[in-house]
Order: sequence, then C-alpha cells, then structure tokens
Amino acid sequence: MKREVPLFLTAVIGVFMILSFFVPHQVVSVPGQFLQLTAVIVVSCGYVLGGANVLRVNLDAIAKQQPGWIYKLVLVLSLLATVAIGAIEGSGFLDPGRRSRWIYDTLYSPMSATMFALLAFFIASAAFRAFRVRTVEAWWLAAAALIVMIGRVPIGDALTGFLPPALHLSSIQEWIMNVPQNAAKRAILMGAALGVMATGLRVILGIERSYLSGED
Amino acid sequence: MRLLASEAASRQDDGTTPGRLRGVPRSRITEVPLRPNVPATRGWGLVALLLLLGSAAGRLPAAHAARADSAAAAADTIAAPAPASGLVVTDVPNDAGRALTLQWKPSPDDVKGGTRVVGYALERSETPAGPWTVVDSANAGITQIDDSSPDRGRDYFYRVTAVGPGSSTPALSITGPVRATSQWMNTTRGSVLVSIAVFFAFVLYFMASAQSGKKPFVRRIPGVDAIEEAIGRATELGRPVLYVPGILDIDEIQTVAALVILESVAKLTAKYETPIRVPVTYPIPFAIAEEMVRSGYLAAGRPDAYDPDSVRFVSPEQFAYVASVTGTMMREKPGAHIFMGAFYAESLFLAEVGFETGAIQVAGTANVHQIPFFVVACDYTLIGEELFAAGAYLSGEPRLVGSLKGGDAMKIAIVAAILIGCLLETLGMHGFKAWMATQ
Repeated sequence: MKREVPLFLTAVIGVFMILSFFVPHQVVSVPGQFLQLTAVIVVSCGYVLGGANVLRVNLDAIAKQQPGWIYKLVLVLSLLATVAIGAIEGSGFLDPGRRSRWIYDTLYSPMSATMFALLAFFIASAAFRAFRVRTVEAWWLAAAALIVMIGRVPIGDALTGFLPPALHLSSIQEWIMNVPQNAAKRAILMGAALGVMATGLRVILGIERSYLSGED
Repeated sequence: MRLLASEAASRQDDGTTPGRLRGVPRSRITEVPLRPNVPATRGWGLVALLLLLGSAAGRLPAAHAARADSAAAAADTIAAPAPASGLVVTDVPNDAGRALTLQWKPSPDDVKGGTRVVGYALERSETPAGPWTVVDSANAGITQIDDSSPDRGRDYFYRVTAVGPGSSTPALSITGPVRATSQWMNTTRGSVLVSIAVFFAFVLYFMASAQSGKKPFVRRIPGVDAIEEAIGRATELGRPVLYVPGILDIDEIQTVAALVILESVAKLTAKYETPIRVPVTYPIPFAIAEEMVRSGYLAAGRPDAYDPDSVRFVSPEQFAYVASVTGTMMREKPGAHIFMGAFYAESLFLAEVGFETGAIQVAGTANVHQIPFFVVACDYTLIGEELFAAGAYLSGEPRLVGSLKGGDAMKIAIVAAILIGCLLETLGMHGFKAWMATQ
C-alpha cells in the first residue's frame, strides 16, 4: 500500500492534467487549476523540512566548531532574523518602509547583483577556452562564432562593403543564426520534448517509480 | 461548438443588412431599439481622458466614469462623433467560458488623422434597459477586443459607444443576449492529441516488446558512461562526488529526470565507498533526493554508509545557491561534479568554478541556451533528450530502455511529417499546416 496508493494518485492526476490540456470545459479546468493551487500548499509545507535541514546541518557544524563555523553562525542568525521579521510584519511585508523590504533592498538585492555581475568574467574565460582550436569541428565552431560576432557590429559590413549584399558579414551571420543554428536548436528541442513526454508517461504508468523511495 | 453567442440587432444602425447570427438561434435574439444619438458629456469624461492619455499605449483598461468633470466640460464644445455600428459578440472558442469577442464597425468619423473620435467604450448590462457598465475601452482605429470578465453561462447585452474629445455617442442598437460558454474540446489541439496518441502507442509497443524478451538496441551515450568514470576518479583521489540536480522545483520534468539519475549515481558512490554531496534548491526535490540517495545505498547493500547530511537543502534563490555550491567546490574540492537538470545563468558559474578546481565534470540539460556553456566547461555533456534517456539507460530495466525506442520511432514520424508538410506546402495545399497549428 505504501507504493500502490502514491502510484495510483500519480496515474490519476497525471492523466487528468493531460486531459485538462485538451478539454477547456470547467468540469476539467476548474479541478485542474485547484490541483495546481494545492501544489503551493504542499510546497510551503516542504519548506519546513528544508528549514529544519539547514538548521540541523549548520547548528551541528557550529557546535563542533568546524572550519568556517562563524559563517554558519551568520547564516543561521540571518535566517532566523529574516523569518522572524517577516512573520511579525505579516502580509505586505515587502511594502516600502518595512524592515523586510529594507533587508531585500540593502542586503539581498546587492548581493544577488554582485554574483550576477561575476558572470561577465566567467563568460570571458569560457569563451577563451571555446576558441582554442584543436580539431576540425572546433575550427568550424570558431569560424561561425567569429562571423556572427563581427557580423553583428558595424565594422562587419564596413569590412565587406565592397562585396555583393548577400556576402556581407551581416547577411552571412543572419543566415547562420536563422538556418543551421535554428535547425540544430529545434532538433534538440524536439528531442527534449519527446524525452519529457516519455519520462512523463513512464511516471504515469508507474514504470518509473524510483522517486517514490527505495523501500517496497 | 465555436460560436454560441452572437450579434443580436436585426436592425443595424448603419442601415445595412444585419450580419449572419453565427450559431445563435433567432429566438434568442433580442432587438432593443435605443434612443437616437444622445451626446453624453459628464459621464464619459474620464473615458475620453483615459483614451487621450493612453493613445500611445494601445488598449486601455476599463474606465469608470466618475471624476473628470472638469476635463469633460472643457471639451464639451466639440461635436459628438457619429456612432459606431454593427457590434457582433461571439463566444471565444476553445475556452472555459471565460471570454467574449466584441467586434464592431468603426464610427464614420473614425478616420486616419481625424480628431472627432478618441476611442470606443464597450458597455455591458444584464438587461436591455441597463444599467450599463463600461467593461473595456479601445483607442480609435481598433474594432475588436475580448471581454474577459463575464460570468460563464450568464446572459449579457453589449453596446459600443464612440467617444470623442468632448462627448460620446452610443450605438443605435444593442447586442444580446449573449453568453460565454465552455467547450468540451479544444479543437486547435487536435494535432497534438493525435501526435501524443501515436507517441504513446510507440512507447507502449516497444516497452511490451522489451518485456517479452526482445532486447532493444540503444546506442551508447558517452556522457552517461562517463558518470562511472568520474565517480571512479573521485574515488582514486579520495574526494567526494558533487551532484547538482538543477535549480528548479519538482514540477520541472528535468528535475525528475535528474533525481532518477541520482539514484544510480548514489548506488555507484556507495559501491565505491565515496561520499556524495547533493545540494538542493527546493524542499520537495530535497525530500525526494534524500530518498533517492538512501535507496541507492540500500540497493548497493550499504545502508549503514548512508550519511544523512549528504543531501542538503540550500536555497531556492539562484545566486544564493550558486554561492553555496561554489563554496563547497572550493572548500571540499570534490573529485567529480555532476550537473543534471534544468539550469539557467548559474550553469556557467558552476561549470567554470568546477573547472578551476580540476574536477572531472559531467553535465546534462535540456535548456538549449545553457548547453554551449556546459560543452565548453565540462568534460562530457548530455544534450537534450540524453538527459531523459540517462535514467533508463543507467537502470538497464528492459521496459525503461524500450521506452527509448519509442522516442526514436516518434522521431522518424516527425521527420516524415516535416517532409510531407514541405511537399504539401510546395504544392499549394495548406490544410496540413493549418491542422498542425495550435493555440
């Protein structure tokens, strides 16, 4: 029963959600929307588990004074303070002037932006490695990338202005993006979509059941 | 099924023959004569003002006439526009009875460059006599909008009013009763239904075939084979394995696929007695990941080696998660990094930092825009569908492997459909393409 009931529920709800894609009638769409909304409740309950795990792991490290325990202390205090302030302020906790809003604007947002800004440096280092040409395929990749990059800035057409319009770098880069690039991208998307459907079918039919736990 | 409500006015105010009442029995039509062109002044002031202010922004929200008396009074001297006409109200097809489409003929004064018509106000009432409520408005030149606010199955009457700078003119007739109704089948998704039915038939056939003992051939997937190599390398180095199951919640099927792979990875780490670290973004995947790792250790016959701290809930916030995982990479220096699931901007963060640590890296995602980053920074990459195939491939379970063959058969069907579509379009036959189009 520990497995049969979840498998049965998965199958019924899975088929129902597929049905709701094709049947707009309220008999199907209203319960479908309700099921999606209830997922929010399930997820919110899950956060209790997540929060408990964060506290358990980090408090244990603090108690044992493992390396970097002071940072874990900061983490735990920040977590508790944020949760407490949010709970005290209740709904509208992100309204201007609230303490939660201050935490968001002055702590969370700048830290998040700082992390995102680092991406520029990682792109540079990754691009450097991508253009190290060692094989024939890498040559093709580097050549296509060079054409696309130069063709997208004015100097591209300035360099090839004396050629017929079809041979301008801007035209060639457009063709690369619209034809081979798009074809490859769509092929990947189609394959992924089939993979998604196959995985979904396996889950609905109960063939893929390992996510339910290892105990029978 | 398409049209369950329509225009009601049998006498049209522009003197033309009324349009065909699409799908509505004549008995349901109510013709309601209206008072002739009645310039309204104060009540429409706010509508006019909003239409003037919002002319650059396309459609405006529904306006409520109330407080713009002064603006209206200033514009009173301009003559009222001629009325709009021919309002046709139809049920929006293939929905749950949530919307009606309103289409009308513009006022004769609604000409390009003209100033007498600012826009139109669409009013609704539950009785022909009113009271009327403005439900939406549109700028001059626009002759169709959807009203998404009606209650399903309730009769309504509509009228369109041409709004000028100083006054407004309701149409000479109203349309109704009309009602929004829900449909049992979204007819624009017929092609999807057929495609899914064919695909499921393929999958079920090949699964049954595999179950009967006919072993299906599946090509080797180097990225999946590399997972064991990576775990072996980590074991040799005496370092843990880091497994990242994407950054999305369990409603993302890539996360499900990543968690399925996690069980096989955990089984291998248990077999090689190598610690595993699984940082997770959302609580539900966290709970499932714990189960997967535990079941992997159970399957390997080493439940005692399972470390409850191996799976850690981090944060659903993207860059907080990145900070935590990259910190783990730098502090613990895992020997292998396995990234499976849905990734966005953090893909390059994780892969580049991982590259700097010298770990062997295997990645897999169906997010097309992140694949190049993984290809550049990782040793092996599972592209698109390989991510979904990996779980079945690693399990070796005949029915799961058989389902992969169903996917291959469907690809052949898709290629055939593309070729047939190209051929028919070349021959000027557009029915197949139209059937394939979905909403």
